[in-house]
This record gives sequence, C-alpha cells and structure tokens, in this order.
Amino acid sequence: MAQSLPELESALRRADIRRRWWLSLPAMLVVLAAGIGPLLIVVVYSFLESGPYGDVVWKFSTEGWFNVLLSRDIFDDTVSLADAHLAILWRSVRLSAITTLLCLVVGFPTAWYMASRGPKARGLLLLLITVPFWTNLLIRTFAIQQLLRAEGLVNVVLMKLGLVSAPLQLLYTDFAILVGMTYVYLPLMVLPLYSTMEKFDFRLMEAAYDLYASRRRALTGVLIPLVKPGVIAGCTLVFIPCLGTYVIPRVLGGGTNLMIGNLIELQFGAGRNWPLGAALSIALVALVLVGLVIFQRNDRSGGDHA
Amino acid sequence: MRKAFDTRALPGFGVMTALCFAALYLPIAVLVVFSFNSSESIAVMEGLSLRWFRAAARNEAVIDASIRSLQLALAAAGLATFVATLAAVATTRTARYRGLRAKVMLFTVPLMVPEIVTAVALLILVSKLKVWTGYTGLGYLILSHAAFCVPFAYMPIRARLAGMDTTLEAAAADLYASRWQAFAHVTLPLLAPGIVAGFMLGFVISLDDVVITEFVKSAGQDTLPTYMLGQLRRNITPEINAISTAFLGLSIVMIVLFYLLNTRKKT
Repeated sequence: MAQSLPELESALRRADIRRRWWLSLPAMLVVLAAGIGPLLIVVVYSFLESGPYGDVVWKFSTEGWFNVLLSRDIFDDTVSLADAHLAILWRSVRLSAITTLLCLVVGFPTAWYMASRGPKARGLLLLLITVPFWTNLLIRTFAIQQLLRAEGLVNVVLMKLGLVSAPLQLLYTDFAILVGMTYVYLPLMVLPLYSTMEKFDFRLMEAAYDLYASRRRALTGVLIPLVKPGVIAGCTLVFIPCLGTYVIPRVLGGGTNLMIGNLIELQFGAGRNWPLGAALSIALVALVLVGLVIFQRNDRSGGDHA
Repeated sequence: MRKAFDTRALPGFGVMTALCFAALYLPIAVLVVFSFNSSESIAVMEGLSLRWFRAAARNEAVIDASIRSLQLALAAAGLATFVATLAAVATTRTARYRGLRAKVMLFTVPLMVPEIVTAVALLILVSKLKVWTGYTGLGYLILSHAAFCVPFAYMPIRARLAGMDTTLEAAAADLYASRWQAFAHVTLPLLAPGIVAGFMLGFVISLDDVVITEFVKSAGQDTLPTYMLGQLRRNITPEINAISTAFLGLSIVMIVLFYLLNTRKKT
C-alpha cells in the first residue's frame, strides 16, 4: 500500500470529477432529450422528402432547402425567387430592427433616469420594469390587441375627439406587430442598460461639463461610448427574440402579416411541408447566430477604446 | 435666479421615462379595468360587476385548463429545479476540468434557441413517440417544460453556490460528517434561497409558455395560455379579461415574493 501523495491526490481528483459527471447527468439528459437533442432531428428532416399528408418520406432531398428562397414552377420547371418567403423574411428583419430602435429610443432615457435616482427609488423603479417582464407574454399581447381593435379604446377615443370619422384599421397590420413587439420587449432593453449605467461614474459627466461640453456633447462623447456594452446587450436581447417571435404576429398580424415563426408553423400545419419547415427553422437559428456574432463583434470593438 | 446645473439631468429624459412607464402599465391597466365591466364591451365601461369572473369560474374548460397549467408548472419546475441543483453543485467551486465549459453551455444555451424552433423539433419527436409508445399523457409536456426551465433554475442556484466558500463543508467533514450529511445539513440550507428562486422562475416560465405547449400537447390537453390563444380567434367578451386578470394577479404575487426573497438575501 505504497501510494505517494501526488498519486493519491490525482486519484481523489479523478473521483471528484467522476462524481461531478454523475451529478450533472440528470440535467444533461433533460436538456438533451427535450431541448437541444430534438434540434438534430430538425437538421435531418430538412434533408428529407416531403410526405403527401405531412411528415416525411425517408429519402434524401434538398428540396426543402431549395424552397426556402426559391420556387420551381409546377408547369414549366422554371426557377424563380420565392417572393412570398422573401417578403416574410424581410418583414421579420425589418420589424425586428425597427422594434430594437424604438426600444432603444425609449429605453435609454428611462435607464439613465432610473440610474440617476437614489437607491430606494432605483429599487422601486427596477421592480416596476421587472413586473411586466415576468407577466405572461400572451396576456400582454392580448392587452395590445384589445386596445387596437376596431371597437377598442384607441379607436373609441380617436372618434370621440373627432380626429377620425370611422374606426381605423390598426389591428392585423405591421404597425400592430411593431407596437406589440416594442411593448413586450421594452423591459429587455431597459434592464441591461440600467445595469451598465448603475455602475457609471457620474463624475465623468461633471468633468465633461467643467470642460465646457454641451449636454449633447457630454451625451455623445462621454455617456454613450461608456455604456456601449449595455446598449449592445439590450439590442441583442430585443432583436434576437423579435426575429423568432410567433405569438405576437399571430395575435396582432392576423393571418396575413406573417413573420418567420409563423411561416415555420404553417409548414407543419396547413402547408404540410415538413422539410421546408425544418429548413426554415435551421435558417432562423443561423440568422440568430449571425445576429449574435455581429452584436458581439461590435461589443469587442467598443471595449477597445473605452 | 437660475436653477443649479444638474449634471445628471438630460433634456427630455424625464418625459421619456414617464412615457415608458405609462406605456408599460396602461395596456395592462385597461385590460384589468374592463374585466370588471358589466356589459360585453371592451371599450366602454357601463358599470362595475364581477359577472365575467363568475362566468370564467363556471366555465369547465377554464377550470380544467387552469388545473392542468398548475400541475404542469409544479411538476416541470420541480423536476428542473432538482436536476439543476445537482448540475450546479457539479459545475461550481471546482478547478477546471474537461467538459466543464461544455456542460455550463449546455445548461444555458437553450435560452438562445428561438422557441418556435424548439417547438417544431419537439413536435416531430413527440408525434413519433406518441405513435410508437401509444402514451399520450402529460409526461411529454412535463419533460419539454422542464427542459426550458433548466436554465432559469440553474442560473440563480449556480450564482448562489459560486458565492459560498467550502470552509463550512470542510468543517463538517472534520467533524466526521459523511459527504451526504454535509450536503444535507450544511450546503442545502445555505443554498435554499437560490433553490427557491430557481423554482419560482421555472414555475412562472412554465406557466407562461404557449408556443411549446401548443405544439407538444395532445388533444384535450389545453393549458390556460393555449386555451386563451384558441379563444382569441372567436368573438371576444370580457371573460378573457377576467381570466387574464386572475392570471396576472398570480404572476404578480410570485414576482413580489421573488423580489422580497432576493432583497432580503442581500442585506
């Protein structure tokens, strides 16, 4: 029984690591079985042939991927761009970008105002931002839908004021989706901005003013560059979920103003083209990854001169 | 006399903040107010009444969906919290070892996958399993919900654990506590606030989910959110508002509890 101390230590260490693997096993099983694992099935399905009544036929095919951006005429086999898909893709990116911008315009001043209060008021304001964030997304979307209906409050007020003579068609438009997404994702912009600004050294603003900076100059030359990581985190947290949103366009866009999420759902419902739906899903994940990489890169370049 | 120059004020920022909070709360406030309307209108208040709350409370489908939502959230958050606690113990307070980073990523990355994609993936898998096994129970929903609750349960528990040093466990070991005794009597009580926070986050997240539930559920397995989504297509009465108000009430109680729990922890 001549075991040296280092040997014993490394044996203990190996036992510890083994124990740690056993402990993490249940969580890994849950996430792999019902979270990440099924995504691999989607990748496989995107390369299969579409079945006549939904599902797939187990034959290799790139038709699903082909149909993401292109369409083949059923009569003369000519290939053209799938205009409907491109329009939906473009709507998703465009509406997500505008939403992000709107959230930034409203969220930046809010976060700054919150951060510049005393500790007690800050705690309360933070709770007020967090509460909507944790309340049901469907209910919040539904609240917007009620306001925008033809017989909803917005139209009733507009008509009472005599601004319009007949109810405006607000619901089931891109505008409604935009309002809904901004409303739902606004807290996700404020929270990271606030946590960056909370650590901001307010004396830097004083220094800027001492050096005869105007308010605008202090804002653009001092504050914005220093809180850029918060801006980028906020934009990421708003833009990414907007791209994949499904409930908001379904409730506020009606059946006509679709986004990528709805297009994917359609392939598994009425469209009955599972490989196309699978390919669109992978494309959405890829789009999200591209978005993440772009935001991350900006973050790094921002960190260099800060 | 000119007001002192406030270095923290920026023009228009106060107005924008007021606008932001008004925008966040006004739609919910309107929704809640009209749940007490005595008429069928969602735009004109004609009188206060609990008519729609009574209607909702008598609606079999609503009761059934509410019970299922609660069962599902309890089971999924419970399962997620259990596995996440073990996972947090396994991935904190250690020197780096092979696979550690991969594990941490695995437990947090589901947050980045768009929900609709996970939903579609589960639809493909579960529709096959239902045919092969003949089982169409709540198990699929529980496991699916647990999977997306894991990151929410894992993060607060991990944060709590990372802030604890190992001296107390070492002391317990010196006093001849077995590994399990040390965990049960020392680590677990210290970890409790993180575990409760993780459970509550998971509970709220599961209760709110509509997309994954909609794709995974079998016939007749509506939860409250999927039931409401189905109703939105039909003619809307304030009954939906009443259900939403009750739901909101529950969420807000959970959030305030969570908030109190968290602030007490820090002091």
